[in-house]
Amino acid sequence: MATKTIIKKSALKTEKQSSNGTAKRLEILKTYKIYVGGKFPRTESGRFYEAVNKNGDVLANVCLGSRKDFRDAVVAARTAFGDWSTRAAFNRGQILYRIAEMLEGRKSQFVEELMKQDSSQAEAQNEVETAIDRLIYYAGCTDKYQALFSSVNPVASSHFNFSVPEPTGVVAVIATQNSSLLGLVSMIAPAIAGGNTVVVLASYQKPLCAITFAEVLNSSDVPGGVVNILTGKPAELAIYFADHMDVNAIIYGEADTATKKMIQEKASLNMKRVVWYDGMDWTSPAGQSPYLIMNTQEIKTTWHPIENIGGAKAGY
Amino acid sequence: MAGTKNNTLKLKFDTARDYAPAPESKSAATIQPRYDLFINGKFEKPLSKKYFATINPATEEKLSEVADANAADVDRAVVAARQAYNKTWKNMPAKERGKYIFRIARIMQERARELAVIETLDGGKPIRESRDFDIPTAANHFFYYAGWADKLEYAFPNRQTNPLGVAGQIIPWNFPLLMAAWKIAPALATGNTVVLKPAETTPLTALTLAEIIREADLPPGVVNIITGAGETGSALVNHKDIDKVAFTGSTEVGKIIQRAIAGTNKKATLELGGKAANIIFDDAPLDQAVEGVINGIFFNQGHVCCAGSRLYVQESVYKQVLRKLKDRLETLIVGDPMDKNTDIGAINSKQQLANIHKYLKIGQQEGAEMYQPSGVLPKKGFFCAPTIFTNVAQSSRISQEEIFGPVLTIQTFRTDDEVIEKANNSPYGLSAGVWTDKGSKIFNLTTKLRAGVVWANTYNQFDPTSPFGGYKESGYGREGGLHGLTPYVNLI
Repeated sequence: MATKTIIKKSALKTEKQSSNGTAKRLEILKTYKIYVGGKFPRTESGRFYEAVNKNGDVLANVCLGSRKDFRDAVVAARTAFGDWSTRAAFNRGQILYRIAEMLEGRKSQFVEELMKQDSSQAEAQNEVETAIDRLIYYAGCTDKYQALFSSVNPVASSHFNFSVPEPTGVVAVIATQNSSLLGLVSMIAPAIAGGNTVVVLASYQKPLCAITFAEVLNSSDVPGGVVNILTGKPAELAIYFADHMDVNAIIYGEADTATKKMIQEKASLNMKRVVWYDGMDWTSPAGQSPYLIMNTQEIKTTWHPIENIGGAKAGY
Repeated sequence: MAGTKNNTLKLKFDTARDYAPAPESKSAATIQPRYDLFINGKFEKPLSKKYFATINPATEEKLSEVADANAADVDRAVVAARQAYNKTWKNMPAKERGKYIFRIARIMQERARELAVIETLDGGKPIRESRDFDIPTAANHFFYYAGWADKLEYAFPNRQTNPLGVAGQIIPWNFPLLMAAWKIAPALATGNTVVLKPAETTPLTALTLAEIIREADLPPGVVNIITGAGETGSALVNHKDIDKVAFTGSTEVGKIIQRAIAGTNKKATLELGGKAANIIFDDAPLDQAVEGVINGIFFNQGHVCCAGSRLYVQESVYKQVLRKLKDRLETLIVGDPMDKNTDIGAINSKQQLANIHKYLKIGQQEGAEMYQPSGVLPKKGFFCAPTIFTNVAQSSRISQEEIFGPVLTIQTFRTDDEVIEKANNSPYGLSAGVWTDKGSKIFNLTTKLRAGVVWANTYNQFDPTSPFGGYKESGYGREGGLHGLTPYVNLI
């Protein structure tokens, strides 16, 4: 069956060429590869699957990512964490804004890909625009959530004491399946806005935008390894996302109860923070919020003594 | 005068421990011969019909016996909590809820001396600590969260809060009453009801708290306190009708709990183990730092999840610090917890003492050098001398695993980067300490150490307004402060 659809696709592509007899320019088809450590390797496993739309058109041969790809991606994400998490909040905001700029510039490409993956023109247009605006939202949030969620604590002893959010670390994300771009962007943006680095498994059925989005990231001054994007089967890879000992948090965008149970069980191996986004409508107002940044933040409290100088009781 | 020679002087401590005994009176506390389960506002006989003894670890004498709750007892308590939640607590005006919690705080303050004595008798910690730290901090915790009850809309910008429902709470034996306060106070303030299980070796102050709660006239079933061991805790965690698990204890049990609630909608706060680095730079005020290290590891016999159990000393001051530490060790008084002069009380249980001894053996087998001061330990009861290990490797089990006793490992370092790397090289991330006179260095360290609480030029400070909780395998969720409200609410 698979062979048939490939033939169908090739027929589609060669049709234009032969319509008026003269040889038209042959279109260059894109190879969809994974994105790890700022580079676009093929899966080390050499495996692939066909991304197919509802009509049965084969859209591309996509990497069927493996456990080893995931582990490589975690190494890349861990390596990138130190630099990314200590970047100035302002700088992270600039970079997120840059991602939005690049996405805006390539809007038509994403609309086209979404339409290939069964969206209507209006839906596709809306999804891309919402994704761009989402990035702008978080670009403007990187230097604000700290003020919203920090506290100076009036302890009873002679100490200065304050609590601030810090990024959790390496975050593994299993993206929403029914969204090619918006779900992916909505899950990545709050995590990296907060200084985490991520490894994302893109939608299996609709993987095209994820890889094209990686190209956007690659040209937006996002340091390599901050976002790593894999394509593959959630059913195969979810367990490795959940049990890897150097992953600090896992975000799951689907509602499958058996997978949720498995994720939480495996997460207990190293006390991963588990975040569920099942049932989240990414187009709704709930789809963006500083609270979503806080889902992958830790609160750190710092104490320091205040010297009590004897006799210095004078006022101003 | 040759300074170097002075450094080699051996101080004499012959009379350092010669204090006249100053024992606190046992008469300040009434301990019942037997305690039942506190369910729905009354003390109820357990359906299990079983009781177990709780002893004084300093004398090995039986203090009382408490009910051993089985699954049916747990169910009774959860049913009571659910009814109280539906019928009274969740609909009560927040202001009134707060006033009940204030009342509890006030009665705890009134009965503070009694609580302190019971805490020390049941758990083995020095009376000075239970009197000056555990009990007042516990009461203050209730007082602090009482005030939040009618101000939750200010705590979460642009959101409203709903309580979760019934919270199942399991607490450890190191700070029995304080942990009960940490669990119950924020849960009540946010409108939840509670089933609390204290540790099996230290149930008595929680049961006295039950009396206080009754005295405060809290509606029946809002707080239920049931005693038992691991099986009781497991029945509570696995009960179908609880919405939230709050646990403080070992990372091992925390992982079991996270697995147990997998596939349910139960939320969890886990405050687990630690192996904190305490770091001394060469520009630190060394005497203060040494005092901080002593407090960091020997406070409460080292039964502290955030204990500064890994000491890192900058190479250039290592010898000096080590000498000062050993000198200070000589002056620590180990003995009767009821004596107001005692610095280090009894190890909480025989089992824990055996566990500490196991690690002392492991440390020596791994090639580390063990040092203990010269004092004599009491013959009866569970006691362990304060211990330091030098020549410790980063990979040694004694520097990787939580011992939960008065055992300190000491390593050296040269550069800031090196010590940050070593300090963070642990699956835990609960707390850390930094000692240096240089402000910019403090902030370099406090921001790079992956731990939930960082003490700079101090150690082991706690306050109801200050959030506490870990990174990594030290658990998740915060207790205390504004951030301690989050684990008990749904935001809408």
